[in-house]
Amino acid sequence: MNISIINGYIIDPSQSIEGPGDIYIIDGRIKEISLKKRGDKKPKKDLITSDPGIRVINAEGLIIVPGLFDMHVHLREPGFEYKETIQSGTLAAVKGGFAGVCCMPNTFPVNDNASVTEFIKRKASQEGHCMVFPIGAITKGQQGIELAEMGTMRDEGCIAFSDDGQPVMNSLIMRRALEYSKTFDVPIISHCEDSTLSEDGVMNEGLLSVKLGLRGIPAEAEQIMIFRDILLAELTGGRLHIAHVSTEGSVNLIRSMKKRGVNVTAETCPHYFSITEEAVMGYDTHAKVNPPLRTDRDIKAIKEGLRDGTIDVIATDHAPHHRDEKLREFDTAPFGISGLETALGLSLKLVDEGVLTISQLVEKMAANPARIMQTEMGSIKLNTEASLVLIDKNKSCKIEADKFVSKGKNTPFDGWTLKGMPVMTICRGNIYE
Amino acid sequence: MSKELMTKEDIDRALTRMAHEIIERNKGIGKLCLVGIQRGGVSLARRLASKIKMIERDDIPVGSLDIALYRDDLAIRKEQPVVRRTEVSFEITNLIIILVDDVLFTGRSIRAAMDALMDLGRPAAIHLAVLIDRGHRELPIKADYVGKNIPTALSETVEVQLAEEGLEDRVILNKSGGRERNAE
Amino acid sequence: MLNNKDLLGIKELCLEEIMLILDTAAGFKDVIGRDIKKVPALRGKTAVNLFYEPSTRTRTSFELAAKRLSMDVINFSVNTSSVVKGEGLIDTAMTVQALGADFIIIRHTSSGAPHLLAKHLRASVINAGDGTNEHPTQALLDAFTIKEKKGRIKGLQIAIVGDIAHSRVAKSNIYCLTNLGAKVRLIGPPTLIQKEVKEMGVEVFHNMEEGLKGVDVLIMLRIQMERQGKGFFPSTDEYSRNWGLTPARLSLAQDNAIVMHPGPMNRGIEIVSEIADGPRSVILEQVTNGIAVRMAVMYLLSGVKR
Repeated sequence: MNISIINGYIIDPSQSIEGPGDIYIIDGRIKEISLKKRGDKKPKKDLITSDPGIRVINAEGLIIVPGLFDMHVHLREPGFEYKETIQSGTLAAVKGGFAGVCCMPNTFPVNDNASVTEFIKRKASQEGHCMVFPIGAITKGQQGIELAEMGTMRDEGCIAFSDDGQPVMNSLIMRRALEYSKTFDVPIISHCEDSTLSEDGVMNEGLLSVKLGLRGIPAEAEQIMIFRDILLAELTGGRLHIAHVSTEGSVNLIRSMKKRGVNVTAETCPHYFSITEEAVMGYDTHAKVNPPLRTDRDIKAIKEGLRDGTIDVIATDHAPHHRDEKLREFDTAPFGISGLETALGLSLKLVDEGVLTISQLVEKMAANPARIMQTEMGSIKLNTEASLVLIDKNKSCKIEADKFVSKGKNTPFDGWTLKGMPVMTICRGNIYE
Repeated sequence: MSKELMTKEDIDRALTRMAHEIIERNKGIGKLCLVGIQRGGVSLARRLASKIKMIERDDIPVGSLDIALYRDDLAIRKEQPVVRRTEVSFEITNLIIILVDDVLFTGRSIRAAMDALMDLGRPAAIHLAVLIDRGHRELPIKADYVGKNIPTALSETVEVQLAEEGLEDRVILNKSGGRERNAE
Repeated sequence: MLNNKDLLGIKELCLEEIMLILDTAAGFKDVIGRDIKKVPALRGKTAVNLFYEPSTRTRTSFELAAKRLSMDVINFSVNTSSVVKGEGLIDTAMTVQALGADFIIIRHTSSGAPHLLAKHLRASVINAGDGTNEHPTQALLDAFTIKEKKGRIKGLQIAIVGDIAHSRVAKSNIYCLTNLGAKVRLIGPPTLIQKEVKEMGVEVFHNMEEGLKGVDVLIMLRIQMERQGKGFFPSTDEYSRNWGLTPARLSLAQDNAIVMHPGPMNRGIEIVSEIADGPRSVILEQVTNGIAVRMAVMYLLSGVKR
């Protein structure tokens, strides 16, 4: 694959690159990044003439960034292929501008051993449209009782461990996990939820949950676990990453603990800075997600946390479900939002609102997550495999869930008009438009 | 475009005459009662009752009957009819009921009223008293006591306005394009 | 005219609609007071009772109301095993609609179940109680009863006593009575009254003697024994000692205060027999009024153009 992308605006915070320029890709690898002085529109002659078959992409008016990296995705395969497969999920990822995803282990069977990891890696290399990095389970079966074989899974390809979907309720097990993970120097990603407090809650606890007659999940259920996990990280020296932060109290906790020098990173998801619990009104199951949608105050705090660096990553927690499953009573519908195809559009609003610059946004969605997961992605480095996204910041796009490429059409953003979307993703030797 | 058909005095004289007719034909008020059809017939029934009282120096039982639930056009009307009160606090079995309505038109309201009455008991007989008979019957129904006969076109409407509703007593004929009559 | 084809909750009704239902119910009370308690208004239409929770009183009340309107009635008693077998709510409801139902009256353990059905069915959906959300016809019949006995609702002091947190009847009553201008008080132990309800325009009392002072209407709620096991109160004995309605406590209310209860009652726990059967109790009239109100609801819903 030989491509020359000209007249774009390149932003790669991992290399502190920002400015107008061209990028040349030869044999699928980044050959040259040529930054230009303003107004200089002439592409490099020799590279063009050396290969008349080279595809020239005019990126005028577009922004070129490293392929985004989503460190929190549920690909559902093996076991739940009716909800999503590695093939359909990664296709949705590239459509959303992601060149790499990390898939959570709550599959069936659970990815708690090397053979499931091997299956996922093999499927991903055969059918994946983008890079797929498996996350292994912390405990066997995600039951929270016995540690899973981190070492063997690491060798097979797991780059981090998590029991996501559930918390590790037993503090001793969580301590051991953090200690043991130091052997392999991998992050432990924690789904922070005190399940004795959240019980059978289905939405944020507050006046609205009382009015709707739905059991609530108090914000404290998240905050208590975050506090516990950070203290354990401090105690053990392990690497802790906090998944899907949703409340003001959580952001405050993480901020103050980071000041103490604890090795903790945190992520949030686009829905936690875009909509509140009001989306549940009318019992719309598309707004049922765990952690639940919160309040305006929490949105404000999340945005501030993104702005001041308390929250390092924006990930999607892409959780596709079959249409029939969401077409149920609110109590029994599964939690989750299909987020890969709306993440960038929703996150660009933060740039519009002045919460982040584009460069900072790219950090949150590419450089930081790639770095935390210790991969080479999130960067447009010379001689590496080309992994880029071209973004049209001004293009308006109406979200139509039934046109999603993902098998999961479950989103509360159906019908929203967003400004800014990815128009081309280049990864794994393919161009997606 | 409307035309006044009866003035306040016309109405009063017609009701007086009808009261006398009722008493005469039934040879007294012994087994009589008046039942006004909601809404137009209720006040008229009360007025007839007080006129009869003045003549015979005796009370005649008066009730009101809501026919909304017995209508034959519930499924096709644009607007659902309002359900009003049915107050017939006396036993109607073996009595002669004088049904009272303001305007007799197709006769369907009267048919509904008779069905409603049958669910209340078994009257000895049912007579019909109306202030206006405007023709165009669609069912075999006939009024026994009529205030005034007025031939009308189908597109016209006849409106009875009474003081009890806060208006002046009068009867108006609205030509085509006039206000649609709230068929009761 | 009502604005929607369904009755999902008091929250979804505006004041005019509530008044229309109450006024229409008065007309229907006349019907059920006579010998032939039937009118042909909804002849040929079909009502289906889809009850996922057991209930004899409410279901019978709806059944009678439908029959008095000359409707055909089917009772679809869903036992938990068919739920376990996996037939979803929507599938069941679609089947019922295909059988020709014009009205589906649903009682379900999940809040929002009637709302889900209403979105997907042409039939009129009536909420007969969903989870801890609402029980709108109960509130409407309670309001009707109060209006009948007291002549008005505006300005009355009304106390609702008991397990507010788990009571959909309480919620619907709070919305309905505050909407109609009454002053509503909630009385019960703190574990059974969520802190957020204060934002719903009501006063909260944990001491019954204080809460009942000068009250015009008392609505007693049933205490469910299962709650005892989960730490909401230590024993039914202690509950009734603090929040049970006795003649002594009733005397703190207005002299002509009325006592209501949605039923079924736990005699001796939330209310003593002496009061339940006494002159101030209007509990049985609530039952009668329930039929009139449900007839009014079905009549009015049938008139909403799709």
